[in-house]
Amino acid sequence: MPTQIPVEDGRVVLDAEDVSRALTRISHEILERNKGADDLVLLGLHTRGVPLAQRLAAKIEAVEGATVAVGSLDVTMYRDDLKSQPTRTPHRTSVPGGIDGKAVVLVDDVLYSGRTIRAALDALSDLGRPSVVRLAVLVDRGHRELPIRADHVGKNLPTARTEKVRVRLEETDGGADEVRITGGAQ
Amino acid sequence: MTSLLIKGARILGGAAADVYVDGGTITEIGSVDTKADRTVDAEGLVLLPGLVDLHTHLREPGREDAETVLTGSRAAALGGYTAVLAMANTSPVTDTAEAAERVHDLGRAAGLVDVQPVGAVTKGLAGEELAELGLMARSRAKVRVFSDDGRCVADARVMRRALEYVKAFGGVISQHSQDPALAGPTACCHEGELSGRLGLPGWPGVAEEVIVARDVMLARHTGSRVHVAHVSTAGSVEVIRWAKAQGIAVTAEVTPHHLLLTTDLLAGYDPTFKVNPPLRPDEDVEALREALADGTIDAVATDHAPHARHDKEHAFVDAAFGMLGLETALGVVSTVMVGSGRMDWAGVARAMSTAPARIAGLDGAAPDGAGGHGRQIAVGAPANLTLVDPSATWVVDRAESASLSRNNPWHDRKLTGRVHATFLRGVPTVLEGALVR
Amino acid sequence: MRKHLLSIDDLSADDMQTIFETAAEMHDVQRRDVKKLPALRGRTVINLFFEDSTRTRSSFEIAGKWLSADVINLSAKGSSASKGESLRDTVLTVTAMGVDGLVIRHSASGAAQQVSEWVSCPIINAGDGTHEHPTQALLDAYTLQRTLGSLEGRHVAIVGDLTHSRVFRSNVKSLVKLGAQVTAVAPPTLMPSGVATWSKEAGFTTAYDLDEVLAGAHGSVDAVMMLRVQRERMSGAYFPSAREYTVGYGLTRERLGTLREGAPILHPGPMNRGLEIAADAADAAQSVILDQVSAGVAVRMSVLYHLLAGPTEGVTP
Repeated sequence: MPTQIPVEDGRVVLDAEDVSRALTRISHEILERNKGADDLVLLGLHTRGVPLAQRLAAKIEAVEGATVAVGSLDVTMYRDDLKSQPTRTPHRTSVPGGIDGKAVVLVDDVLYSGRTIRAALDALSDLGRPSVVRLAVLVDRGHRELPIRADHVGKNLPTARTEKVRVRLEETDGGADEVRITGGAQ
Repeated sequence: MTSLLIKGARILGGAAADVYVDGGTITEIGSVDTKADRTVDAEGLVLLPGLVDLHTHLREPGREDAETVLTGSRAAALGGYTAVLAMANTSPVTDTAEAAERVHDLGRAAGLVDVQPVGAVTKGLAGEELAELGLMARSRAKVRVFSDDGRCVADARVMRRALEYVKAFGGVISQHSQDPALAGPTACCHEGELSGRLGLPGWPGVAEEVIVARDVMLARHTGSRVHVAHVSTAGSVEVIRWAKAQGIAVTAEVTPHHLLLTTDLLAGYDPTFKVNPPLRPDEDVEALREALADGTIDAVATDHAPHARHDKEHAFVDAAFGMLGLETALGVVSTVMVGSGRMDWAGVARAMSTAPARIAGLDGAAPDGAGGHGRQIAVGAPANLTLVDPSATWVVDRAESASLSRNNPWHDRKLTGRVHATFLRGVPTVLEGALVR
Repeated sequence: MRKHLLSIDDLSADDMQTIFETAAEMHDVQRRDVKKLPALRGRTVINLFFEDSTRTRSSFEIAGKWLSADVINLSAKGSSASKGESLRDTVLTVTAMGVDGLVIRHSASGAAQQVSEWVSCPIINAGDGTHEHPTQALLDAYTLQRTLGSLEGRHVAIVGDLTHSRVFRSNVKSLVKLGAQVTAVAPPTLMPSGVATWSKEAGFTTAYDLDEVLAGAHGSVDAVMMLRVQRERMSGAYFPSAREYTVGYGLTRERLGTLREGAPILHPGPMNRGLEIAADAADAAQSVILDQVSAGVAVRMSVLYHLLAGPTEGVTP
C-alpha cells in the first residue's frame, strides 16, 4: 500500500518571487495584446483565479494608472461532471460593468484538462457577448482534453498525470505563495 | 359423528385433564383411556371455550376482493374462533331479514365458524329510519345484535327508539360511539399533540365519551341493553364503570389494537395504522387494560376490518379505516394481559368467549344445531373449544394470512401465545396451527 | 443533505445556510438577461399538483426551467384521483415515464412522505395538507436573513390560523433551528391541538393577545409573519366574524404603527387584504411580501440544484 504523501512533500517549482514575476510579465503581455487597458475585464475563476485576477489588475493599474474592471466567475453549474459528484455550493459571480463588447481575460491558477475553461466559456456566453476572450494562467501543466490553449502562461510545467500541482496563495491559503508538484513517482 | 380425545390440556390454564368428545358434545373429563377416532396431544397447551368475536367485518356481499365469508371464516378459525358476528356495513347493508339470512347461510356453507349476522339499526346505516329489526330477529338468522357500526347512531331520538324496540326480542344495540359533530368528515386520527404536529384532522376522546354517556342514560331510561363497541378512551371507561355501578345494562368491548398500539405509530403517516376509533395515547391504553382486567370492559372484540391494498394506498386522510385482527387477537391478549400477569386464562376465556357469547345470545343452542358458544368446559357442553400454546413466541408475517387483505398492523411484531387447534362442535377446523380444510 | 425535502426536519441549520448561499447566487441569475443555468440539463422534473396552486407551481416551474431542467406540470386534481385511483398508482404511473425529481403538492398531510416511500427519485414537498411547506419556510427565512442579518436571537411573531397552516408548521421549525425566538399568536380555536406540549418541546411560545405581543410582552418583535385566514373557517365556528378577527388578530394600520421601524412584514400569500392584513401594512415600505415571491424562485432553484444536480438514482421505466 503506498504511503500517503504529506502536503508539504514534493518540490517547489515556483516560490513567491517567481509567482510575482510571472504575474508582472503576464500583466504586461495583457496590456500589450490589448493595446492598453481600455475595455479590459479580468475575470478570476474560483477559487484561486479570483485573487490572481485582482493582483493582475493591481499591476496593470500601477503601470497604466487607469482602473481595470475585475470580477469573478463561478462555473460550478456549468461543469460537465456535476452528476458524478455531490453538489457544491456555487461561489459568487460578479461582473462589474458587464462583459458586452469587452475584452475579457479569464484568469485561473492551473490549466490542465481544459474542462474548467470550457465551462467558463459557456458561463460567459450566458452573461453577455465579449468582443474577445483570452486566457491567463499561472501554470500550464499540459494534458489537455479539449482544444483549449492559454494566451498568457506564467510557467509551462511538464508533469505526469499521476502528479499533483498544488498552488498556494496568500489570500486563499495563508502563508507565502508557492507552486509545488507532489506525488508521481510511486 | 366421530369422537375426539384431547390429552392432557390445562383447562382454562389450570390442572391438566383429558377431554373426550363424542358427537360434538363433551362426554368425559378427567383421565380418559377410551379410544377415540382422533387423539390430540395437548401436553402444555391451554384449553379454552371456543372464542367468540363480537365485531368482525367480512365484506361479503359487496367487497369480495377484500374478504369473503369463507376467507374471513378461515382467518377466524385460525385465530381460535368458533363464532363471529359479521357487521352490517356491507353492500348492500344487512338491514333486512333476507340480507341477514344470506350472510348466515354463507357462514353455514363455509362451516368453519358460526357466522352470526349483525343487523343494521337504521336503514342503509343512514341513521334516520329504523331498519326492520323485528323481521331480522324473526328470520332464520335470529339476529340479536344490531349496529350501524362504521357510523354512530347519532340522533338521540332514533337511538332511544331502537333501544326500546329491541327489548321485545332481547336484542342489544352495539353502538359505534362517535359524535359526528365532534369528529368532522375528514377526521382521521386521535386529536392530540401528534395530530397538531402532523397537521392531521383528528377527533378527541370526548367525541366518543359524550355518546357513551348519552347512551348509558338512554339505556337506563329505556331499561334496555346497550353495548359499547370498541371503547378507546379512559373517559369512556369511567362512564361505563359508573353506569355499571348504577346497575345500568351496559356492556363494552375493546379491540386488541387499542390494548397495545398507540397514536405515535401515525408519525410516519402509514395508513395501516388508520383505524376507527383511532389509536389513542398511552394513558388511554393503560386505562383500557385496567378496565378489561377488572371486568368494566366485558369483552375483547377484533373489529377485523380487511381492506384491499389499493384502498389503503391513498393519502392518509383518504385511506380506508381499519385493520386485520382475527388471527392475532389471542396472541395480543395473551401478550398484553396474560404475559403481564393482569389476567389469567380464565379471564381470557371470559373476555374472549363467555362474555361475548352471552352478550350476543350465542350461548344457547340454535335451531339448526349451531350455537352453544362460550359455555363452561363441562360434560354435556357443546365441544366448541380452542387449544392455545401459551408459550409459543411468533413473529407476525402479514403474507401468511388466510384473509384476502394485508392491512395488518401486527406485521413484524413478536407475540407470545398462539392458537394451536380449534374445534367447532367437536370437529377440528384448525390443528397444529393450520387449517384442517 | 438528505435525498428528499419533505419537511424542515430533513435539514440541519447548516443545510439551510448552504441552501441560502446558493439561493443568493441564483438571485443574481434572476437579474441577468440570460436567466439560465445548465445545472439540470437533461433532467426531468415533474410538478405533480393534486391541489391548485398557481404561485407555488409557477415558482417551481420557473426555478426548474432556469436550471435547464425539463419541467412538466401535471395537475392530478380532478383526474385520476377522483376516478378512485390510489395515490400510489398515480405516482408510480407518473414516475414510470422516467423522472429525476418529483415536486408534490397535495391537500392531504403526509402525502409527500408517503410518496417518498414508493418511488426512488428525490421528492420535494410543495405543501402537504396542513402539515408542511418547507420551501416556503426556506424562502421566508432567506428573506428575513437578507433583511435582518443573522436570525440568532431575533424575535418573529407568527400570527393567524395556525392550526390549518402548513406554512406555520414549517416556519416554526426553520426559525427555531436558525436560532430565532418565535411567538405564535392565534385565538385558542386556531391553535394546533396539543400546542402547549409541542411548543414546550420545540422551543417556541404561544399567545392569544396580539397587542401584548407587539407591545413586547415576549420581547421586542423584530418581524411579523401574517398567515392567511380562510373565510370558510367562520362556518366551522372557529371565530364569529371577519370583523372580530381583524380587530383581534389583523395587522391593522394601528398595529402597523406600533411595529419597530423597518421590522419586516411577511405574508405567504394570497392575502386577504382587510382581513388578516390591512392594505397599509401590505404595501408598507417594511413589507417584504414581494421579496418573498422573488426569493421563492431563487430558493427553489437552490433546492432543486442541491437535490437533483448531483448523483441521483433516477426512476427507469
